Amino acid sequence: MKLTKSKINDLLTQPGCEHNHNKEGQGKNKSCTQTANPGSAQGGCAFDGASIALVPITDAAHLVHGPIGCSGNSWNSRGSLSSGPMTYKMGFTTDLSENDIIFGGEKKLYKAIAQLIKKYNPAAVFVYSTCVTALIGDDLDAVCKAATNKYETPIIPVHSPGFVGSKNLGNRLGGEALLDHVVGTKEPEYTTAYDINLIGEYNVAGEMWGVLPLFKKAGIRVLAKITGDARYEEVCSAHRAKLNVMICSKALINMASAMKERYNIPYIEESFYGVQDMNRCLRNIAQFFGDQVLIERVEEIIEEETAKLDIALAPYRERLKGKRMVLYTGGVKSWSIVSAAQDLGMEVVATSTKKSTEEDKGRIKKLLGKDGIMLEKGSPEELLRVVQKTKADLLVAGGRNQYTALKAKIPFLDINQERHHPYAGYIGLVEMARELSEAVYSPIWTQVRKPSPWEIWQQEHESLLNLEAEGE
Amino acid sequence: MTTILNPNKSLSVNPLKMSQPLGAALAFLGLRKMMPLFHGSQGCTAFAKVVLVRHFRESIPLSTTAMTEVSTILGGEDNVEQAILTILEKYQPQIIGLLTTGLTETRGDDMKRILKTFRDKHPELDSFPVVSVSTPDYKGSLQDGYTAAVESIVAADYGNVPDDEPPTVGMKPQVTVLCASHLSPGDVEELKTVIEGFGISPIMVPDLSRSLDGHLEDDYHTVTTGGTSLTQLKQLNRSCLTLAIGESMRKAATILQERFGTKYKVFPRLAGLDAVDSFLWELSQILTSRCDHHFPIVPNVPAHLQRQRRQLQDVILDTHFYFGGKKVALALEPDLLYQTAWLLTEMGANIQAAVTTTKSPILEDLPIDSVTIGDLEDLEELAVGSDLIITNSHGTSLAKRLKAPLYRMGYPIFDQLGLGQRCLVGYRGTMKFLFDVGNILLEEEAKHSPVALH
Repeated sequence: MKLTKSKINDLLTQPGCEHNHNKEGQGKNKSCTQTANPGSAQGGCAFDGASIALVPITDAAHLVHGPIGCSGNSWNSRGSLSSGPMTYKMGFTTDLSENDIIFGGEKKLYKAIAQLIKKYNPAAVFVYSTCVTALIGDDLDAVCKAATNKYETPIIPVHSPGFVGSKNLGNRLGGEALLDHVVGTKEPEYTTAYDINLIGEYNVAGEMWGVLPLFKKAGIRVLAKITGDARYEEVCSAHRAKLNVMICSKALINMASAMKERYNIPYIEESFYGVQDMNRCLRNIAQFFGDQVLIERVEEIIEEETAKLDIALAPYRERLKGKRMVLYTGGVKSWSIVSAAQDLGMEVVATSTKKSTEEDKGRIKKLLGKDGIMLEKGSPEELLRVVQKTKADLLVAGGRNQYTALKAKIPFLDINQERHHPYAGYIGLVEMARELSEAVYSPIWTQVRKPSPWEIWQQEHESLLNLEAEGE
Repeated sequence: MTTILNPNKSLSVNPLKMSQPLGAALAFLGLRKMMPLFHGSQGCTAFAKVVLVRHFRESIPLSTTAMTEVSTILGGEDNVEQAILTILEKYQPQIIGLLTTGLTETRGDDMKRILKTFRDKHPELDSFPVVSVSTPDYKGSLQDGYTAAVESIVAADYGNVPDDEPPTVGMKPQVTVLCASHLSPGDVEELKTVIEGFGISPIMVPDLSRSLDGHLEDDYHTVTTGGTSLTQLKQLNRSCLTLAIGESMRKAATILQERFGTKYKVFPRLAGLDAVDSFLWELSQILTSRCDHHFPIVPNVPAHLQRQRRQLQDVILDTHFYFGGKKVALALEPDLLYQTAWLLTEMGANIQAAVTTTKSPILEDLPIDSVTIGDLEDLEELAVGSDLIITNSHGTSLAKRLKAPLYRMGYPIFDQLGLGQRCLVGYRGTMKFLFDVGNILLEEEAKHSPVALH
């Protein structure tokens, strides 16, 4: 895939993504194509996004073709877990020097691929282009093709120079690489009537492991995980699934829509967070297949799991009832966590809608009621203002806002990539409830908010001191 | 003399090296009310931010010129201008540290000209300091970027405090202390306390001890709340001596000498009895040298430091059993490698392997025959059979594979707490290092003892 302007435009204006419609559901909303603002932009680049989407393929090697900044500062930093191979955890880079930039980096890249395959024998190699290698015009496709022929290992070029756009666009560029070079290149050993793919779930903190047993119990087979804890081969045969289940917003919507077009695989969008959403997810999948036995089995599972859950959650529900939460996160989590929190009897007083689609926003509105605040923008100052105004008991957000909350002495729970505990599925909800309760009820809050004895003394004697000063 | 091996591999595996821009940003964060600005694409800043946030567990102010495909082709001039103006309006910093990245260096943005045009266009911002430094990702490492930023900081003109204005620090002699990248906020704090103990006022450049030490402020801040202040930078000309801590600070020290005629002394390391002794002796001479020769004063080392020295000697006695003959493999940036390797050697340990990130003159003087400029794959090959491995958190899995304990040093360390305050220099810091590492070695010995301990 050559990275052309029209290709990028295609990715930014995916018809399946409601970002691209205005409120009437027609025409274009600019939010995806807006460029970042110098001086105030935050967040990752396209390379960042592409690696988030692809690195969870655990038996592949991920080789960054660029200077040290791209790989040296980022490898080994994501919490996507593996049940086996650890090749994906290694940092591979061509670590370009000034000379390579002057004379071109293609030869070095070819040699790097050769050494990598010889020494580490990965199932496949993903090669990422970066700002610098795109700028000097290294022909990634040609090098990868030549090396693939020579070494009989799939070598996949990923066109992800940081400057083409945001992390979100990068996710889709990662998806494009899979579509162009991976999906459909191998037939599965066998298929079942109930084969699905999970798209956009990266097994952060092992979340997927809380959900997979449920599918298994129901008799739904996950053919390919794209890409959490995936093996390269399963992604190759993803084209034989009967249904694509998209998790985590529309990050990989281009995969879902292209697979619908090419292989006639329909897709649905689901969430694993909270009882209601987990139930709905299982039901929707069963409904899609329309098999009465499957539908009944899913109902049994739901009944069994929710009964277990009610017992496990009872103590937390009591503690968390009526506690007020400000939620600041992106995409699908902006509403799925709302519903999870409400399952626990908590009140979500505000949530972000920055990265939400029109559809997401509709759901949020319905869930929050008329008093709920929808945050379009979320500078730290704004977040703190809202927490103060709503007298919220805690902030639930991504790691970037962790210190916004902690420095303001506000209880905090990390909901994004960097967290260490799984919140998905029924099991995950218990974990989330436990952590929410730990956060709110920690004995530290009184300590960090407490002024020192001398400050108290000072306050109490302020008027007295003032009088004295006047007297002098 | 140590041979420097530079295999220059096509494939770097498990990089030890981090980029120059990250290092420059770290140095800039040691200035008060600072906003570092990366001239590059968003990811350059985001990655650096994640590394620093995870290491220090603090919010880290960093910003980006957010270069896009179009601005990469047309040039980043507008992005720099717009970024500076936005930052001034949004965050009200007192100083901006502008650094380049691999992207903008490759495309060849002429930063001098860009800044000059900016100055011409915005005379209202004449006195606002923007310290600019060139830090391409494709050269050097974190230490080089950090060093380059410090050089830019001391070379910049902030305007001087008028001579008739009395020094803010009273009549104490003032020294400039250049702190290299191997010093943590806790190290800088310790240094400052030690120097102040001699009745000397230090200006630390940069001063991470008040910006990244981890403390609560009363309200929310979007720029650094502590560090070297602008007022201090304006008074650098008043220092009677520059103390350069770390060999990499030598050039910055010569810049100060050229600008203000300030003499300098380089201390390549500040851990280990001898190294700390000679540093304290130097400090004691600063006051002595100002006295009348006819009435010399006795060099006065503060009592608590004299006591610490005796404690350290005792610690050396107590811990040496566990260090003697042990094989240690190190992968650290040059200055930190030098300090740590020599301290271990002084304790009787043998340096089995040394891997580092970038060239430095100090590498020629290591207590080992050869040092490799390389990555953690190199370390893994060289460290087979070592009793201890010292590197950053990325070393966790290789240490497991080699079945050797890991002591974490350098950047990034993301699986340990308290790095903002950890101090490994001075008598106190040396003791902390000997206890930390000694305990690891002691535990290993107990584990491998043939006789079960009851």
